[in-house]
Amino acid sequence: MSRPPTVTLRVPENTESDGREPSPDNEGALHSSFCQLIEEQSSLVAGAIEVELQERGREPSALLPPSDPVATTGLEPEQSEQHPGYATTLRILANMPSRTIGRSRGAIISQYYNRTARLRRRSSRPPLQQLSLTAQPSLRQYDLGSDPAHTTLADEQSLLELLSLPPAQRSHMLLEVPLSLEEKRSLRRQLSQKRSTPGLRSRSADPTSPCAWCQDCIVLGCRTFWYRFLALVHTSQPWHYALKQIGGRFGSSVLSYFLFLKTLLLLNIFSFLLLLVFVVALQAAYPPAVASPRPFTGLELLTGAGSFTHSLLYYGYYSNTTLNDPSASSPSGSTSPPGATQLPYNMPLAYVFTIGASFFATCILLMYSIYHSFGKSYRVGSSTGVLAIKVFCAWDFKVVQRRSVKLQSENICTQLKELLAEQRLRSCPLSLPQRLRHITVLLLAWLLALGTVLGCVVAVYYFSEHMHMVQQEQGAAAGSEWQQEGVLLALPLIVSLLNTLMPHFYNLLAAWEKQDSPGAEVYVAICRNLLLKMVVLGLLCYQWLSRRVVCSAKCWETCVGQDLYRFVVMDFIFTLLDTGFGELLWRLILEKKLKSKQKPEFDIARNVLELIYGQTLTWLGVLFAPLLPAVQVLKLLLLFYIKKTSLMQNCQSPSKPWQASHMSTVFITLLFFPSFLGAAVFVSYTIWSSRVVLYVGAPPEQPPIDSLCLLRVKPSETCGPFQGLQTIYQTLKVWVELLEESNPNIAWFSWIPQYLVENTIFLFFLTGVVLAIIYLNIHVLRGQRRIIRLLEEQIANVCELCVL
Amino acid sequence: MGGSSSLLPREALEEYQELTFLNKQEILLAYKRFSELLPKERRENACSTRVPKSQILTLPELRANPFQHRICHVFSTSEDGDDSMSFEDFLDMLSVFSDAATSDIKSRYAFRIFDFDEDGVLDRKDLEKLVNCLTGQGEEARLNSTEMEQLIRNVLEESDIDKDGTINLAEFQHVISRSPDFVSSFKIVL
Repeated sequence: MSRPPTVTLRVPENTESDGREPSPDNEGALHSSFCQLIEEQSSLVAGAIEVELQERGREPSALLPPSDPVATTGLEPEQSEQHPGYATTLRILANMPSRTIGRSRGAIISQYYNRTARLRRRSSRPPLQQLSLTAQPSLRQYDLGSDPAHTTLADEQSLLELLSLPPAQRSHMLLEVPLSLEEKRSLRRQLSQKRSTPGLRSRSADPTSPCAWCQDCIVLGCRTFWYRFLALVHTSQPWHYALKQIGGRFGSSVLSYFLFLKTLLLLNIFSFLLLLVFVVALQAAYPPAVASPRPFTGLELLTGAGSFTHSLLYYGYYSNTTLNDPSASSPSGSTSPPGATQLPYNMPLAYVFTIGASFFATCILLMYSIYHSFGKSYRVGSSTGVLAIKVFCAWDFKVVQRRSVKLQSENICTQLKELLAEQRLRSCPLSLPQRLRHITVLLLAWLLALGTVLGCVVAVYYFSEHMHMVQQEQGAAAGSEWQQEGVLLALPLIVSLLNTLMPHFYNLLAAWEKQDSPGAEVYVAICRNLLLKMVVLGLLCYQWLSRRVVCSAKCWETCVGQDLYRFVVMDFIFTLLDTGFGELLWRLILEKKLKSKQKPEFDIARNVLELIYGQTLTWLGVLFAPLLPAVQVLKLLLLFYIKKTSLMQNCQSPSKPWQASHMSTVFITLLFFPSFLGAAVFVSYTIWSSRVVLYVGAPPEQPPIDSLCLLRVKPSETCGPFQGLQTIYQTLKVWVELLEESNPNIAWFSWIPQYLVENTIFLFFLTGVVLAIIYLNIHVLRGQRRIIRLLEEQIANVCELCVL
Repeated sequence: MGGSSSLLPREALEEYQELTFLNKQEILLAYKRFSELLPKERRENACSTRVPKSQILTLPELRANPFQHRICHVFSTSEDGDDSMSFEDFLDMLSVFSDAATSDIKSRYAFRIFDFDEDGVLDRKDLEKLVNCLTGQGEEARLNSTEMEQLIRNVLEESDIDKDGTINLAEFQHVISRSPDFVSSFKIVL
């Protein structure tokens, strides 16, 4: 072993759980297994050490680099005579568990036993200040001089230790110990032989007890059935093979997009099922009287109007009465069979509750998955030591295709070279004029980006005003119904076009800008795209609520629902066009015209933002079109297969480094923070707007637009579940009052809406709690980082002391 | 799967389920793929036969992997040193590379795979061989000697806590714990 001795330090835990400060006396008990280890291995390695010392005498003395501070620890052969304990020291240290990996079974088991037992018993970490420097494995404890002959093998010792564990822990330990399967099986057999209590086998082998035999058969049958069920569940995971194929060719980065798509699909399926069961199915069972159902033509799928207008898709279809009410004089068209149980169902209440419940459940699910994802992806100290992490963790073993493996090697090489170049640059910083130029370029790029966002918003505003006028003219001129509907498609078209073209422009801008690190490039691109999409959506929301939308139906809510349906469909069409032109056409151009082997890269950030945008539209539209989650589910299913096909045929994985778990956390946070919360604010505003209106004097007829542009959102008079009410929230208030009147005992129930829901203080309190939790977590992480740094310094110091 | 499950004894299947991180379906699939590597006449007792390394390396999951030789060597329990693998070695490998394996097990075996000279630590030579495996075999894709020197120096600076010029298992695991992507990238799925 031609290297200086090292000490692998473990900060020892007390074997008793009273949390006393560990003293050197306890180390003997703690490290008893190490003693066994040393005794066993000493005889084996003593010979090897002698051979090495002889070899060292033959090697040139100046072998180690002079800059290594530990090199001067007297490794010259002359000094071995001056330090009589040197050979033993080498022997002991060479047998430390860190060095015996894969070599000694007993060593591994005893090391594992100690660690597992310690982990199980400890309740809390001892604070750092209490641990003294002496509480470390010191060489004084070990018998440097004599080696008493030990007949007990480390194996026997470890087996006895294993037996002392309860069975669940024992099987868990067997699972986790890093031995080969053969050795684990033999260990298991030895354990079962040593066990004194008769196992189940002996009991079941008893032929004289038919009851026990029956019991065993039943247990066995149940277990077999359970295993078969589990195996079935495992294989029926949707898209299991497709995801494996994608991961095998493109790695974890592209896979994260498809996993995000799967998450969105599950969220939408959940919302859809909730709405289906509580709102849609019941309304379908008791359809209201519709004036004249129009014939179905294909155009409805695009415009959402025509025969879809008075259908389950939109708000206007839902009745504002109690369905199946026994006291109702004329149940609208429904003929209930005589003698059937009359279960009245309050549709308006069900509508608002279901939408509220689906938003609440989605909120909880998103917050849980952010928490889970953040826990998986955030590691203390992950920003330091990037090169080491890259070298050890960069290789993705999932990638199996030869070409993809070659590409991955090239990517890693490029990234390593870039990181090294970045480091060299950092050591010699830029001169002042270069830095000024860089900052100017950055500022210009940001100004340009913000300017384009503003320009797009203004363009959308004026275009929608123009379309509004065109529509009114057409309505006055009594043009055909289809012309009118067709004209309505113009605004979604323009918005989708802008959303598709601007990201490419931002990519060009980023290429001109040349950020310092590729990670920053991705963040900046995401920021700009997101800003554009959210600002445009904000403008559209304002227009919808101020009822600038004019359409054929009398219901403004149905109109908004139709508009949102059109936006969703247009977004899907433009995603398809973008895939077709951006990926397929570009690959053909690269192959045929430019004759290059490179394929277009799959832009993960842009595609994920498109998904987030589509999901925001769905959440905005749920109140006005309860079947919109179903449309989104269909859209996502089609999108999965189309994107997968295009990916396989046309694309290659991105060359820039992509931290998959980190970016997944970012995306799900973006899904929650501007997207979901924005939609929730919009829906809450629509339901509750009476609380925020500001007007003086008698309430005017028209919706007032005061200086602060706060609108009062009044449900339509003639359609929908909330006809005739002042606000949607009134439904709930009326219901609570009814409850109070009917049963004075539960008058306390009215306390809930009054103090919790209507009062904004509760919301502020919740926000304050969440902020406090985040603040505390930040401080805990800072403390952990500090502890890690202190421990590293301690180790370095002790090693220097050992060397001296 | 019914055919192969009749060849793999039930007790063995349950034992494998208990001792590895694989579930029943994965073990059966592994058995099927393993027996396909054997010639037809030896497929009946696939459990006790050893498959030579050249056959193992024809598996699509290992065919193009630059660490294929190290993986075979680390997981093989062959006494002859020819790196042949039995079915249990194969299961061992799949278990460590599976979804359910803990980060601790994965990092231990990753350490063993990266330890090219098998001395229990990662020294400069190991790191150099590791980087060459990562960057590929092509001459233009490799790092030149200055860059390699700079890289190894930086890696040792960042991960060698006790400053002995080598990286032992604890230091390796400390570096791995800082990367959340390791567990998902150290994965092979059949």
